[in-house]
This record gives sequence, structure tokens and C-alpha cells, in this order.
Amino acid sequence: MTVHIPSPLRSYTAQRAEADVAGSTLEEVLTALDQRYPGLRFRIITEQDTIRRHIKIFVNETLAPHLNVPLRPNDQVYIICALSGGS
Amino acid sequence: MATLKPATGSVVLLIGTRKGAFILKSDRSRRTWKLSGPTFLGHIMHHLMLDSRDRRTMLMAARTGHLGPTVFRSTDFGKTWTEAKVPPAFPKVSEGQKGLVVDHVFWLTPGHASEPSVWYAGTSPQGLFRSEDGGQTWEGVKGFNAHPLRQQWTRGEQDGTPDGPKLHSILIDPRNANHLYIGMSSGGVFESTDRGVSWAPLNKGCRADFLPNPEPEYGHDPHCVRLHPLKPDRLYQQNHCGIYRMERREGLWIRIGGNMPKQVGDIGFPLVLHPRDPDTVWVFPMDGSSVWPRVSQGGKPAAYVSRNAGKTWTRQDKGFPKAQAWWTVKRQAMTADAHEPVGLYFGTTSGELWWSRTGGSNWICLVRYLPEIYSVEAAEL
Repeated sequence: MTVHIPSPLRSYTAQRAEADVAGSTLEEVLTALDQRYPGLRFRIITEQDTIRRHIKIFVNETLAPHLNVPLRPNDQVYIICALSGGS
Repeated sequence: MATLKPATGSVVLLIGTRKGAFILKSDRSRRTWKLSGPTFLGHIMHHLMLDSRDRRTMLMAARTGHLGPTVFRSTDFGKTWTEAKVPPAFPKVSEGQKGLVVDHVFWLTPGHASEPSVWYAGTSPQGLFRSEDGGQTWEGVKGFNAHPLRQQWTRGEQDGTPDGPKLHSILIDPRNANHLYIGMSSGGVFESTDRGVSWAPLNKGCRADFLPNPEPEYGHDPHCVRLHPLKPDRLYQQNHCGIYRMERREGLWIRIGGNMPKQVGDIGFPLVLHPRDPDTVWVFPMDGSSVWPRVSQGGKPAAYVSRNAGKTWTRQDKGFPKAQAWWTVKRQAMTADAHEPVGLYFGTTSGELWWSRTGGSNWICLVRYLPEIYSVEAAEL
């Protein structure tokens, strides 16, 4: 499936905006993504395996509340840096 | 007491800001300065440190508004950077339990001279981490992070400064790698004599006016704690409740800020020591009255110096604006070089970098228009 990478994370992906990785859950996909681009996962997922406060992950158009969300091969995963306001 | 010769080389200032890192480098005479950066524009840089043991390795504590905390490392004096393979992180807890999450790495300290690859990091929420490989991988210091009384010492994660409670001022006794001190903005000063396996509070004599019992064993709010490298049994701290000095064998904090002018008070964030004179200390007072404005008293900035270990203090404001200058200087944003006379430096949250080449008797603005300055560290090349 395709994972869409936001600009703050593209220093990890050699500026690629998309990555094709395999996995049957969001957790598996992010683990595969981190293997390809080491360090990326920890910037968006905490050590307690929760999605960081200002990061949102959508599967297609549905907000993923946790990493156990099941995925199908043709799903689109969007990592979003939430519009959090502030300075 | 050991002595130290004055430095004669270039001074490098490592400046951490809310929007990236900057480096300001002088010539050998400290007459001309060159600013470079920003490095990692847009990253919140809480602290940058040069490894004083090799004068080459630098670590940066970074995060962004969205992305989680990490540490960047350079071994070529900032030309290239690599990210820590394992940044500081608390252990994952079992499902159903609430585990701690590092919000940001706040403090970085190179380890003892006898342990050239060791670094320490302090975080918010308050945790202590150690790297044994020069900052590439980090592990929690279990003796503190997993201590059964940690929650009690730190009063929980919600009780802290507006940007989160911070573990800071990680001090290593230059005579003994096993002898450590830490400061916690929600907890006080703690000491370990076994390299972090066990810890004990070290707050006797220090006030905590904001608590029901103003003289508790722990729960204090040290803003900045310093140990003099040439007299390691002398400690100073700028606390939420005043300026203190301790002779370690006495184990008692003495409030030396009581000798400051009453209209100025003894509240502030930073505290800086003279590199060769353990009796000389600088502070930068702020308004800690009413709702804690945390700005220069009356809009009239001034540093204060004591040359007799806190018995008397002298105002140093020559060169500063005389009115309407509402500066805040954070705890990591004031430092000294090792030249003679000592150069003093501080950064403001309004993005100005000031210095004095004469130990504070006269001040000059070196740089304006930087982002909010979080930290300033001086290094010698």
C-alpha cells in the first residue's frame, strides 16, 4: 500500500512524498517504513506505541485511533501533521 | 585547589532557539564575530553542547511542533549531523498501564573525563538518560527513572513548569565519575554517589514557599544548579525561591540571595560561575512577584555579580537599555567563556545575544533578530 509522507518527515525519505510498504496493520506498515527509513517512526509514534499528540494518521479517509487498525493491500495511509495552531 | 589557565583561542557560542540552532564564532581576540546558521531551521533546539573532552563532538536536543523528541550528533563540529539511533525514551509499559512519554530532551551533559563516550540527558517529563556511545543510543538511568519514590519526588507529571517539568543541571564531580547531582524543576536537587544506582534528596535549607510545608525534604524548584570544577564541593543554585550556596560537607543550602537589593529580589533562571574563581558568581534577576512576569525588574535589565560567594552583590547594567526592556533569560541561556577577563554571554527570549568582554562591567548586543533563545553555551577552540 502507499503511505503518504508529510514534508516534516521527508528528511528521512530522501524527500520522497510516498512510500510503498506492505503490512496487514498500521503497526506493521509503520514498522516496515521505519526499517526502510530508520528513525521516522519515533518522531510520530511514542515509546508507548501511541500516535503523537499533533500527528494524525488516516487510512483512506478514516482517522486511525491506534496502531492496531487492520489494512488491506490497496489502502492509502496518510500521515498528517495536524494543524495545531500556535507559533 | 587546582588552577586553570585562561583560554586564549576562539570562542564558539552554541545557540539553541525555538526555530533552529546557530553558531557564533569569534577570532582569538574576541573582537570580531561571525554568525552561522540556522541549522535545522524550524526545529525547537533546547540545548546544544560541545564535548569538552574532544572539542569536536556536538549533540543537539531537538524536536518540532509536530514531531517527537530526538538528539542529533555531529563529529565534525556541526558540518554534518546524524540522528541518534535510539533517542531517549521511557520503557514501554504493559497494556492497560499508563507509561511515560518523553516530550522533549531538555539538557545534555558530557560525562566524566574518564568516560569519553558517556553523555547524560535530562528530559521532560523528568527522566535521566545515559549514552555510552557518544550519544548514538540512549538508555534510562533506572536507579532514578524506575525508583519507587520517583513519582513522589517529582509530584507527578502534571505538576510542573508551564512547558512541562524538567530534569536539568546534570552535574558530574570532576574527581569521581560515580558522583552525580541533578536538578528538577519539580522535585529539587538530588545526589547519587554510585553512578545513578541510588539517589537521595539534597535540599536541606532551601525554601519551597509554594508548598504547604515550605521546608520539605523534596519538591523544590531549582532553576539552575552549578558545581565549581575547581572546588567541586561547592554548589550554587538559582532557585524559584532564591539564590543559594552549599558547601557539600555541611549539606545545607545557605540563602545568599538575601543579600541582593530588596527591590530587585533574588529570583531568576540562570546562574553562571567564574571558570577560575569559585567565589565569583553571576545571576540575571527577574520579576518573580504576583503572577510571575519572569521579566527584568521594572523593565530595567541588569546582571548581578558577587565576588565573595554571595556575601555582597554588585549591579551590572552598563550598556543595557535604561527602561522598557522586558527581557527574559532562560536557565540555559547565560554562560561564560574561559578567557581573561571572563566573557559573559546571554540570550533573551526576544532573540538578542548580549556579551561582556569584561566580566559584566560593560555589555554590548552582539546579535539581534534571532528567534526565541533557549540556550547559549560557550566553548573554546
